[in-house]
Amino acid sequence: MTVSILIFLPLLAAAALVFLKNEVAKLAALFFAVVELALSAYFLANYIPGSNTQFLVDQSWIPQFGIYFNAGIDGINIIPIMLTTLLVPIIILTTFKHEYTKANIFYALILFMQSGLLVVFTALDGFLFYVGWEAALIPIYFISALWGGENRIKVTLKFFIYTFAGSLFMLIALIYLYTQNPSHTFDLHEFYNFNMTAKQQGFVFLAFFLAFAIKMPVFPFHTWQPDTYTEAPSAGTMMLSGIMLKMGIYGAIRWMIPVVPQGFDQYYPYCITLAVIGIVYASIIAFKQKDGKRLVAYSSIAHVGLIAAAILAWNVTGVQGAMIQMLNHGINVVGLFFIWDIISRKLGTRDLSQLGGIAKNNPWFAVAFLIITLGTVALPLTNGFIGEFLLLDGVYYYNITLAAVAGTTIILGGVYMLRMYKSVMQGPTNDLTLTFTDVTGTERLVLVIICALIIVIGVYPQPILHLSEASVTQLVGEVNAKLNALHAPAAAVPVK
Amino acid sequence: MNTLIVISVLPIVLLYLGLYKAKNALLPVTIVGLLVALGLAVSQWNVDAQPIFSGMMLFDKYAIAFSSISILSTILILALSKEYFERISSHVAEYYAVILFALAGIIVMVSYHNLSMLFIGIEIMSVSLYILAGIKKTDFASNEAALKYFLMGAFSTGFLLFGITLIYGSSGSFDLDVIRDWALTHTAKTVDPMFYTGIMLMIVGLCFKVGAAPFHFWTPDVYEGSPTLITAFMSTTVKTAGFAAFLRLFSTCFASLADLWTPTLMVITVITLCVGNVTALYQQSFKRMLAFSSISHAGYLLFAIVALGINSGNSVFVYATAYTVASIIAFAVLILVQQQSGNDNFESFNGLGKRNPFLAFVLTVAMLSLAGIPLTAGFMGKFFMFGGAVAKMQIWMVIIAVINAIVSIYYYFKVIIAIYFRDAERAELVAPGYVNVVLGLSVVITLVIGVYPNLISNLIP
Repeated sequence: MTVSILIFLPLLAAAALVFLKNEVAKLAALFFAVVELALSAYFLANYIPGSNTQFLVDQSWIPQFGIYFNAGIDGINIIPIMLTTLLVPIIILTTFKHEYTKANIFYALILFMQSGLLVVFTALDGFLFYVGWEAALIPIYFISALWGGENRIKVTLKFFIYTFAGSLFMLIALIYLYTQNPSHTFDLHEFYNFNMTAKQQGFVFLAFFLAFAIKMPVFPFHTWQPDTYTEAPSAGTMMLSGIMLKMGIYGAIRWMIPVVPQGFDQYYPYCITLAVIGIVYASIIAFKQKDGKRLVAYSSIAHVGLIAAAILAWNVTGVQGAMIQMLNHGINVVGLFFIWDIISRKLGTRDLSQLGGIAKNNPWFAVAFLIITLGTVALPLTNGFIGEFLLLDGVYYYNITLAAVAGTTIILGGVYMLRMYKSVMQGPTNDLTLTFTDVTGTERLVLVIICALIIVIGVYPQPILHLSEASVTQLVGEVNAKLNALHAPAAAVPVK
Repeated sequence: MNTLIVISVLPIVLLYLGLYKAKNALLPVTIVGLLVALGLAVSQWNVDAQPIFSGMMLFDKYAIAFSSISILSTILILALSKEYFERISSHVAEYYAVILFALAGIIVMVSYHNLSMLFIGIEIMSVSLYILAGIKKTDFASNEAALKYFLMGAFSTGFLLFGITLIYGSSGSFDLDVIRDWALTHTAKTVDPMFYTGIMLMIVGLCFKVGAAPFHFWTPDVYEGSPTLITAFMSTTVKTAGFAAFLRLFSTCFASLADLWTPTLMVITVITLCVGNVTALYQQSFKRMLAFSSISHAGYLLFAIVALGINSGNSVFVYATAYTVASIIAFAVLILVQQQSGNDNFESFNGLGKRNPFLAFVLTVAMLSLAGIPLTAGFMGKFFMFGGAVAKMQIWMVIIAVINAIVSIYYYFKVIIAIYFRDAERAELVAPGYVNVVLGLSVVITLVIGVYPNLISNLIP
């Protein structure tokens, strides 16, 4: 069995959903998403950490350009793949209390997007990677623009043009790599194996970095993000923040740094500085937000900034931290957006100043919100802790000062997250918040699943770290070997 | 060759049918005739082609591929014409006849092997188009379009003819092979100034015909003034043929002297891309937007000639096919919307998603294809163009093209936004069955090529 089944099942499901009635669409979508999860669980069970690419599919696609439908699973992409297949059913479950018009199209778009995301994560061919990258963008554009808030039209167009701009530069870079490599293919490993001059690599690096920095987003390419997260419907925001931004992180680990190590070597100090600036900047802005969803959006920029910094520091600890933090951030941010979805649906507002005291009468909701908040602020024994610890450790190896600045994310994160929790859940109740009724049914189920994941991963992260460890060690080692070979002659010059 | 004969005889038959008032037979006879012509063209595929008519024409794979796409797009456009021509004129037979005469010119244009045939082909096509542009005799805009087109067209034909003469003067022949051999014996430095001037004048003439800037001023007015279906024909079939002729000349004859004309063409390409795109941004009329976007698409198509290589023919073929089917969708939907609302502004498309979901869907796919989003044919077209240009290390050109592609998102998405996100108090829009067939077919072509371009991307050796 190859990964093609994983890629095409959601696509076929999406096509089928278009023809279903609105009432059954929800259940059908959940059914397909769970089947997909079961399939990925099968792959996970048969996956051997550390060995080469598994469940490979390799079909000729456009031979005159050396393009293959080449995809598989290895230690670098197993975690993003699991994240996708795990979060999509959860996200579909979070929408069960919503009644969307044209629900069949809504769920079809979500499954279509899942397919695109899985193409991105499994692709081993540059062209396929690009196609998946864009294929994931189209459905989220329509999800946000059709079911979003008041300013959706302007905001989503900005989002689309912004990300499309980044990805077109990536396309040029990919075509350039194709023309330069001796065997004229888009094959990832071919990209790894050939050498260009430092100048060429520099340009390719910048093109890739632009695409990935916009997607994550890294400061100063983040301006589309808070608006889009705020305006998109909750499920769309969850898809964007939970899964889609991981495309940027994953892209940097797999397609940017190992492909153009010398380009990376020239520019990473600047990039890492941008990432760290983003952490502090977004944290401070998050603190000032009144709209809960917007606050979470900014907190996401801060958290992703740390992941980006750790990747750019490029050592095993940092990249391993990025791997597990992709998963953790996905789970936590989906939890947070779901919390705000519940609040705004029940009370009709997301304004922090109008809320308060919800914890008194709603124990389930209060506990779940607390656990998710603590997971996000990286309290030990929650999933966020292990991730942020490894990330900071990774940055620390690179530069202590930067690590210290980046480390403020833990303090600042604690400040704005706990402030948010306090103003929503504690303090005196008011007329509005008295009407809040505790979570039931699917809401409670989703929150229990998320909280369970937060605690289980927090207490025992080892199996997840083990999934990627061998591959990450190998990848980081290969790149560093190349870079060391580059620096070695310079070091050999005797110092006067 | 048989294709050309069928397409030349067919309009005469149609005129007789018109004379004997057999109106209902016109469309079926045309379509059957064109299908026969298409069949005859395709049947020549595996024949080892030799120049015919004393070296005047050459029906090689290049000619067959472009003839086929021209015939196919004409069939698709004519299939939309049922009832359309009846509404605007009582002499319906002339429409079919003149369109087919233009198509005969197009067949000559894609299969010439002698510069005189290139000229004859372009003239047959152009004269037919002048008539078509002005065929709404009582309509002021249509008359203006015809006159403008005629004056500008005649002017550009002059340039073309000058160019041909000068090239004849230095190489001593109209035959493409002889010119190529002559060019091979010269380098960019030693070539005679007369020949160089000839190439430049031919570039000017051909750029007029394909609507490339700065020779594009006729395009928006002519496209807007002509009946919409004729505009569809002009911006798809005619444009494709223009590029086929352009590329055939340059790849056969002037490839060895590329250093001589590449800089000029590069400048033209960049201007074309930017002018088309930036002007399209400001349009309120959907039809005018398509006219300007067709200019910028001409810019992308010029990439194949600027970065001349073994794949240029295939690139133009893929791009032209993608552009043609997407434009046919756009114009077909425009005709329906225009009938209902009475104008062709973007607002007319408001709420189309509710008024007719199928039309909304196909138009969305068409816009995505024109914008070059993956999984549609338009993306594959752009990918082939950019691939060719990057291989020739024209990275800056590609970057300019990419910036233009980003800009174009804005106006293509304006249509999508109108369709789905703006509401309008209008009745449901019912599309006739034959329109749905054409649209369905075009969407399938767009998506299939978008996923598996190999079907058509290897045709031309």
